[in-house]
Amino acid sequence: MAAPARATPPTAAAVAAAVRSGATTAAQVLEQHLAAIAGREPEIHAFNLVLTEQARERAAAIDATVAAGHDPGPLAGVTIALKDNMCTRGVPTTCSSKILDGWQPPYDATVVNTLRDAGAVIVGKTNLDEFAMGSSTENSAFGPTRNPHDTSRVPGGSSGGSAASVAAGFSQVALGSDTGGSIRQPAALCGVVGVKPTYGYVSRYGLVAFASSLDQIGPFTNSVADAALMLDVIGGHDPLDSTSIPQPHPSLRDAIQQGVEGLRVGRITDLPAGADPDVQERLEAAFDALRAAGATIVDVEVPAFTFGLTAYYLIAPAEASSNLARYDGVRYGLRVEAADTHAMYGATRAAGFGEEVKRRIMLGTYALSAGYYDAYYGKALKVRRLIHDDFDRAYQRADVLLTPTSPSVAFKFGDKGDNPFAMYLCDTYTIPTNLAGHPGMSVPFGTGAEGLPVGVQVLAGTLQEPVMFRAAAALERSLA
Amino acid sequence: MSERISAADVAKVARLARLDVTAEEIDRMTSQLDGMLEHFADVDALDLSEVTPMTQPFALVNVFRADVVRPCLDRDEVLASAPAAEDGCFRVPPIGGEG
Repeated sequence: MAAPARATPPTAAAVAAAVRSGATTAAQVLEQHLAAIAGREPEIHAFNLVLTEQARERAAAIDATVAAGHDPGPLAGVTIALKDNMCTRGVPTTCSSKILDGWQPPYDATVVNTLRDAGAVIVGKTNLDEFAMGSSTENSAFGPTRNPHDTSRVPGGSSGGSAASVAAGFSQVALGSDTGGSIRQPAALCGVVGVKPTYGYVSRYGLVAFASSLDQIGPFTNSVADAALMLDVIGGHDPLDSTSIPQPHPSLRDAIQQGVEGLRVGRITDLPAGADPDVQERLEAAFDALRAAGATIVDVEVPAFTFGLTAYYLIAPAEASSNLARYDGVRYGLRVEAADTHAMYGATRAAGFGEEVKRRIMLGTYALSAGYYDAYYGKALKVRRLIHDDFDRAYQRADVLLTPTSPSVAFKFGDKGDNPFAMYLCDTYTIPTNLAGHPGMSVPFGTGAEGLPVGVQVLAGTLQEPVMFRAAAALERSLA
Repeated sequence: MSERISAADVAKVARLARLDVTAEEIDRMTSQLDGMLEHFADVDALDLSEVTPMTQPFALVNVFRADVVRPCLDRDEVLASAPAAEDGCFRVPPIGGEG
């Protein structure tokens, strides 16, 4: 059963304005979300952990700040859910894996500090595919998250809990991480906005690493304006992340005030086939909407787009196999006792990692091993260059590109069966962006089969977030 | 099946990855990894001789932090999450067994 459409929630900016002015309190805002969690969380399972008491203390502190005549910040009283691969000091951070059992990080991720400083209220840590490896949140050691629009279907993944939290009204906004589509695809399947910024736009300090040259943090929101606000707050240079871009970012809230008159919107003529007809239809409607708003539609080619999936499934597992070597039962999390260290490593990792994580560690270790490095990993890095360069040529002719976000609407649990590649195909349209390091976002754009949400993906070149947001805002306005 | 990877390869990779695997897992992984590597055939067909590998999306070089002393993680807090600790150190089983 598809759930009835929710009333349009207030924007994060409106919530913050009301809290800052005293028109409402952070406590009142929080209680509404806690009530929503009490109502549907048992069914949805968006969270690994709901931080009820900490959130209440935090909301009270924000209200006290307002009462004392001080400003709690641009996200005053805005509730937020964090994907459970972002470190929170003294609060379990699991990556939905058994191997981090019992671990409480001794530090906060930079985004966590930034959000607190801006007045946000963290309501909980959300479920994900183990170590962010998956496209359905079925690969969680703690059980799947369900799609709020239809609980017989997946929310997408890997940031499925964060997407579901926003879609179900459990939090105003959420943060996820996107390595190959893990923000954009669940955003599309849950009918919310999801943004993967340019690599380096948001600090990764305290984000548990999956594939370090691809991972990027970004927001889930109900609106393009909320996403702009979130990135304006969490974006920027962080000396603690050596890949963080050392320059300020222009205001995206300002950018979305501009229209798309004269904007060149690219249609990728050699995009890999595979999108369902209902998704394709919404994409065509999106081109029409931007044309009607004054944009020009141009044809472009990105020939190497089609090799994205193959290159990604060598590069991401290779980086993951290296990053996940640290889970060895020595410093944190699970340990399976054994007679010597080597036996302990092997037994701990066998017991702690799930099947998909093991598969990727194995594939990555193989691709990096002596004799195969050049044949697989080395070649994949060259294909990555081709993809990057093909996009660059396309962006000489177009300011943004439009594609489907996901080839289909939300699918049923178990639909992808035992064939790992069937699941990987969910990310056909999102992966090339991560390889290129470019920004991309999914904007809800109506419904497809069974009345389920469809997302349209807007892509742009490096640090072209302002123009990407202009197109996204125009798509959103066209539906109003 | 293309047989890009054998069961013996998988067993060796599992050892390199410090991952205990059962015989049944080796069989399943051999088949699944082979299936995934099969998709690499389309890349094998490309001429990449003139292409420079791309290792990072946003090229920054020589990123240094300021040379100032900062607080570091609290040792007791870190060790509190360790499976075993002793005398301010991580405690591990004997090293150099079958290695």
